Amino acid sequence: MSLTRDPRQAASPPPAGAREPRRTPRRRERQGPAYVFLSPWILGVVLLTLAPMAVSLYLSFTDYNLFDAPKWVGLRNYTDMFFEDPRYWRSVGTTLIFVVVAVPLKLALALGVAMLLKNMRSGKGFYRSAFYAPSLLGASMSIALVWRALYNDGGTVDDLLSRIGIHTGGWVADPDLSVFVVALLAVWQFGAPMVIFLAGLQQIPGDLYEAAALDGAGRWRQFVSVTLPMLSPVLFFNLVLETIQSFQVFTPAFAISGGKGGPADSTMFYTLYLYERGFSASHMGYASAMAWALLLGIGAVTVVLFRTSRSWVFYANEGA
Amino acid sequence: MSTAAIGKRNTRTRTGDRARRIALHLAAALILLVLLYPLVWLLATSLKPADEVLTSLKLLPSRLEWSNYSTALDGVSGVKVSTLLTNSLLISAGSVLGNVISCSLAAYAFARLRFRMRGVMFGFMVATMMLPHHAVLIPQYIIFNQLGMVDTYWPLVLPKFLATEAFFVFLIVQFMRGLPRELEEAARIDGCGPFRSFWSVVLPLTRPALITTAIFTFIWSWNDFFTQLIYLFDPEKFTITLALRNFVDQSSQSAFGPMFAMSVISLLPIVLFFAAFQRYLVQGMATSGLKG
Repeated sequence: MSLTRDPRQAASPPPAGAREPRRTPRRRERQGPAYVFLSPWILGVVLLTLAPMAVSLYLSFTDYNLFDAPKWVGLRNYTDMFFEDPRYWRSVGTTLIFVVVAVPLKLALALGVAMLLKNMRSGKGFYRSAFYAPSLLGASMSIALVWRALYNDGGTVDDLLSRIGIHTGGWVADPDLSVFVVALLAVWQFGAPMVIFLAGLQQIPGDLYEAAALDGAGRWRQFVSVTLPMLSPVLFFNLVLETIQSFQVFTPAFAISGGKGGPADSTMFYTLYLYERGFSASHMGYASAMAWALLLGIGAVTVVLFRTSRSWVFYANEGA
Repeated sequence: MSTAAIGKRNTRTRTGDRARRIALHLAAALILLVLLYPLVWLLATSLKPADEVLTSLKLLPSRLEWSNYSTALDGVSGVKVSTLLTNSLLISAGSVLGNVISCSLAAYAFARLRFRMRGVMFGFMVATMMLPHHAVLIPQYIIFNQLGMVDTYWPLVLPKFLATEAFFVFLIVQFMRGLPRELEEAARIDGCGPFRSFWSVVLPLTRPALITTAIFTFIWSWNDFFTQLIYLFDPEKFTITLALRNFVDQSSQSAFGPMFAMSVISLLPIVLFFAAFQRYLVQGMATSGLKG
């Protein structure tokens, strides 16, 4: 049994046991039922994924406002985006800052707390559930509104910091700090990766730690030499998933800025700008180009992550 | 975690272990406190009188202002909260139905049936889990616009009946692969075709994964904001999430009490679902990253 279920492994065909060659010829004649079961999914893939992606690619080379026929403009949307539109780059920058701050913080906290809970004998289930709850609530508009109020001028955070002599004012209204309000909301939801870490930690064989202890490894050494390598596939899975999701953050940015991306475009996240261009300003062609740039950007980041993973992700070849 | 290892350490340093255990609990309790603070704040603020929201930094209100809730129940722009909740419920229930049906059907094919290009299709399905929604957003909008379905619930619910949320297909596939094949073999020998076998043997056994799918779908579509924002315009069709958006545009803080009262109301179903089914949710989350 493999420790991980990382996307790369999942993408390959199922393990050998699932495929029994002797049965293949007989089954091949009866593929009908399989396609009946698959038909909703296939319809969805064709009508709601593949065709829209193709259309979106086409639209990205046009001027389209939803009412008049699309007008072919070649690469103009892309050149406008990359060379003429400072707001575009601002949104890229904001989103990147958010990803680079929120994802590592969230994962570090998730791993730290998972380590904390790992050896707990009573109350572990309770804490696991309790820490997980923000992951479900945090995506809501309600919590985003709470966040806006907590980080407002004179709000709880401002008040707490003032008491220890740090006067920041409201983070929400400060163009340098507003992105961190969204980032901290993401960090608050560390429970989901924590649950995955915890499940991963429980699959590390205990005798590895015993062997390490016999060799004189202390707690930190055990963490670095046993836990981290054994957990690296899970860490990688979480890293990829969180990174991809973070690029698409929308609701909190919308709530915190009143849907405007302010102040001074500092919370104009990529998706919010895409929404603004496409649905408020009716530049569907431009927004399609943005969507494709996002898709390619996320694809590129994912490829880079997979490339680097070869040097730090350790796939245990255990026979269990 | 092997209990033997814990036991050994325990006999070795009983007092040190006890101190460590207390420290662990203290740390966990402290984290819990920080995590819960925003929720407690939300609940407290939803009951604060208007004049205390701004002037008083005390967490607890001096008196409970229940009128915030009656104001909230009146809803937004003439639409009552009961209507908003019904609308949200309608969308969530439709989504649950769609996901459970379509995802379990596709999952059964991937987990148990043989067909050409299964590996490729499965790989593609997994890849769509990572596809940013925005890549298909605008064309989907155009399609639904052409079909005259904008400002109806169809764009929100219909895709769920076509298994577009691959995460759940994957989740159910993983679960079905763990089921013993003997029962299906027996059913096959008794003359059960794949449909009978799916319905009478596999589906009942898949119940936990289906429950996980149902609850996640419910919560995610309840929380969904982006899709609803794009497709719904008529305030009569608004969901509770969209109604909260109206508060976003208002910068005046006098509406704080009612706004957060409505927030509490909107979170209640999630909290209740979580309390009732947290085992399935946590388990489902854990198996999404690991083979269970």
